[in-house]
Amino acid sequence: MAVKEGQGGFFTSRLSDGIAWARKWSLFPYPFVTACCGMEYMAVSAAHYDLDRFGAAWPRFSPRQADMLMVVGTISQKMAPILKTVYEQMCEPKWVVAFGVCTCTGGFYDNYATVQGIDRVIPVDVYIPGCPPRPETVLDALMKLQDKIQSEYHPLTGSVRKSA
Amino acid sequence: MTDANAHAHPVIACLSARFGDGLIETHRHRGDATAVVRPDRYREAIAFLREDTDCAFDFLTDLCGVDRLELKLKPRFEVIVYLYSSRTNSRFRLKTRPLNDADPVIDSIVDLFPAANWPEREVYDMFGVRFTGHPNLTRILMYEEFVGYPLRKDYPVNKRQPRLPMREIPDDRPGMIFL
Amino acid sequence: MPASETPFPTQTRIPVEEHIDSRSGRRSRSMMLNMGPAHPAMHGVIRIIAELDGEEVAGADIEIGYLHRGFEKDCEVVGWGQAFPYTDRLNYVSPLINNVTYAMGVEKLLDLTITERCAYIRVIISEVSRITDHLTCIAAIAMEMGAMTPFIYLMKGREYLYELVEELTGARLTVSYVKVGGVKGDLPDGWLKRLESALVNVDKEIAEVDRLLTRNRIFIDRTRNVGVISQQDAWSLGFTGPVLRSTGRARDLRKDEPYLVYDRLDFDVPIGSVGDNYDRYLVRLEEMQQSARIIRQCIREIPGGAVRVDLSGRPLSASEVVDAAKMGMTTDLLLRAVQADPTLDGTGKAHARQINADDKRAVLPPKEDTYGNIEGLMNHFMLIMEGEGLKPPPGEIYIANEAANGELGFHMVSDGSGRAYRVRCRPPCFYLMQGLDRMIIGDMVADVVPTFGSINMIAGELDR
Repeated sequence: MAVKEGQGGFFTSRLSDGIAWARKWSLFPYPFVTACCGMEYMAVSAAHYDLDRFGAAWPRFSPRQADMLMVVGTISQKMAPILKTVYEQMCEPKWVVAFGVCTCTGGFYDNYATVQGIDRVIPVDVYIPGCPPRPETVLDALMKLQDKIQSEYHPLTGSVRKSA
Repeated sequence: MTDANAHAHPVIACLSARFGDGLIETHRHRGDATAVVRPDRYREAIAFLREDTDCAFDFLTDLCGVDRLELKLKPRFEVIVYLYSSRTNSRFRLKTRPLNDADPVIDSIVDLFPAANWPEREVYDMFGVRFTGHPNLTRILMYEEFVGYPLRKDYPVNKRQPRLPMREIPDDRPGMIFL
Repeated sequence: MPASETPFPTQTRIPVEEHIDSRSGRRSRSMMLNMGPAHPAMHGVIRIIAELDGEEVAGADIEIGYLHRGFEKDCEVVGWGQAFPYTDRLNYVSPLINNVTYAMGVEKLLDLTITERCAYIRVIISEVSRITDHLTCIAAIAMEMGAMTPFIYLMKGREYLYELVEELTGARLTVSYVKVGGVKGDLPDGWLKRLESALVNVDKEIAEVDRLLTRNRIFIDRTRNVGVISQQDAWSLGFTGPVLRSTGRARDLRKDEPYLVYDRLDFDVPIGSVGDNYDRYLVRLEEMQQSARIIRQCIREIPGGAVRVDLSGRPLSASEVVDAAKMGMTTDLLLRAVQADPTLDGTGKAHARQINADDKRAVLPPKEDTYGNIEGLMNHFMLIMEGEGLKPPPGEIYIANEAANGELGFHMVSDGSGRAYRVRCRPPCFYLMQGLDRMIIGDMVADVVPTFGSINMIAGELDR
């Protein structure tokens, strides 16, 4: 059910901001790590480029408990159904981050074995290019995702988000 | 083609003494001693290299395949076995070429070298060469629904066989390149 | 709960029959547990279908191929020199070793000899990569068992090395630094000193983790006598690297078949005795110390540096050189120093002769020659343009290096054109994964993840 912004009153928009604030500062990533970008993901979540200061450090390795699916690394054709199943198992609200250029467009693996971008399989919110992206890029992308979450409108009933 | 220098190599000399015309060619390009053996003597040659006290190759380093279509050579497929001997600290490359190009079949050496299990599955998966006597000859890197053998020269590099229907991405988004 | 429309592989290879349990005398049936391919273990995508008898693993089927990216097919499409980025992503925790091995393979095809300084540089960067690989492996083993602290400390240690690698090559992880006939650029000024101080810092982190884990009762209980494989089994299954050495077999390609300058260096090869997870952890810990020892020797013994050229006049900027060359004013360009872009640091003429082999078939000329005289331009053109490029004579070779996981080999077939005919990568962890089921059968379910972690399977290498 789609609700247009501005239709709620003062309290619902404050509530919406509050819910969005809470959601963006307590993301539970599900790192769907397959390849080399996983090393940069490990570097991002470690001490030097701390992901914990964004509240997003603790990976939840069960899709039922996570709300941010970070697809890290190339998705091959063999892996695509599993990615779709994991995405379907997650509950709303959920966001998908395509980490690395292999997940954005397939990278330089333009051959029989790879999916040319995970948006051919699941809808994506933030694309992070780079092979692998520098950890600062990942933090920047996380901040952009937080802006996106903040701008979503959550009235008391229903939600503006539509699943794909 | 036999390389005169090659026969000075002890292992090649042993092999040619034992197999005679079972050995099709030998060479030592860049120092790698190589022998090509007829497919019906292949298993016997591997067993010989393993058990012979002078050769004593006890370690299988690798087993791979090559598709010789674009080199315009017959037979088309080639199975290459790399062996290492810990006693003499030397390596050897043994090659064989399955006779039938349409349905290449060769013996499996899993019982001689257990290390050959997965490499043979990979050669089957990528080239379609079947190994008789292999305990579990199924695809290993590709998925079961995949049709064809990807590393063959006539398989186009971009030919995808998706396992699930790909989403339609609207191509009116700015800066979007639709593949 | 609507079933997914997506297809699942339904083939299983383990029969799940009812039998009489020997301990309790009751009818029982094993349970099939599917681990993966999306699973928390840090190492990569793999699917282990374990048949469980209570807590014990009675049978296992390993399914790989979830990261098959078509490396070998792609190598046949691009040129010999353009395959370096693909080789980075094979074993992505130690990318420089893959680069070095591939370059050595093409050099063997071309029968090219590299300079001594280049050999020392390659040894230094290989050992740095080996240290980063072992740091990542131990961090992941500890984290999978619940110890978060060693992960954080070792990632910090890895960052010191990544900073240096970034300074040298331009990238932290996917470097493509090595070229056929040499390396991309010489070592920056002071890099070796910074490497020495980074090694001191890394040693501190390793010592911290050593204090935390090596005599830790819980760690020992979880890894001692778990995932045991005998030396006989390991050898017959094609194991190499730290896993083989943990069973007691002293096989290291750097000692048995030395390449580059390893025969001049003094280092030990640690071996274990039992072949369990704890031995593999200790072997890796000690190998890092030995790698640091090798690096320190290389820093002392590395020959040459920038060749001092007799210059006249002030240094020119690169754009001035190009403009002058385009207008035909090239008389004294060969004598002038050129201030190149920072990304071209270390590639100048002063360094080029030290690190790159003097061979026109494979090595790009320095920029001063490319823009300064017609021979350099033609040489550059012939190596780069489509349809030209490196043309090794027809033939096939096999090259093997001691990578961090074991023997990394490349079987390369050349047909004389500018593209590879066949490049086969012999991944060390392919053979290790073959033996994984032998290692987990008999242990409990909770031991599957540490055993799998201690093998250090890297999916990029396994599935290529």
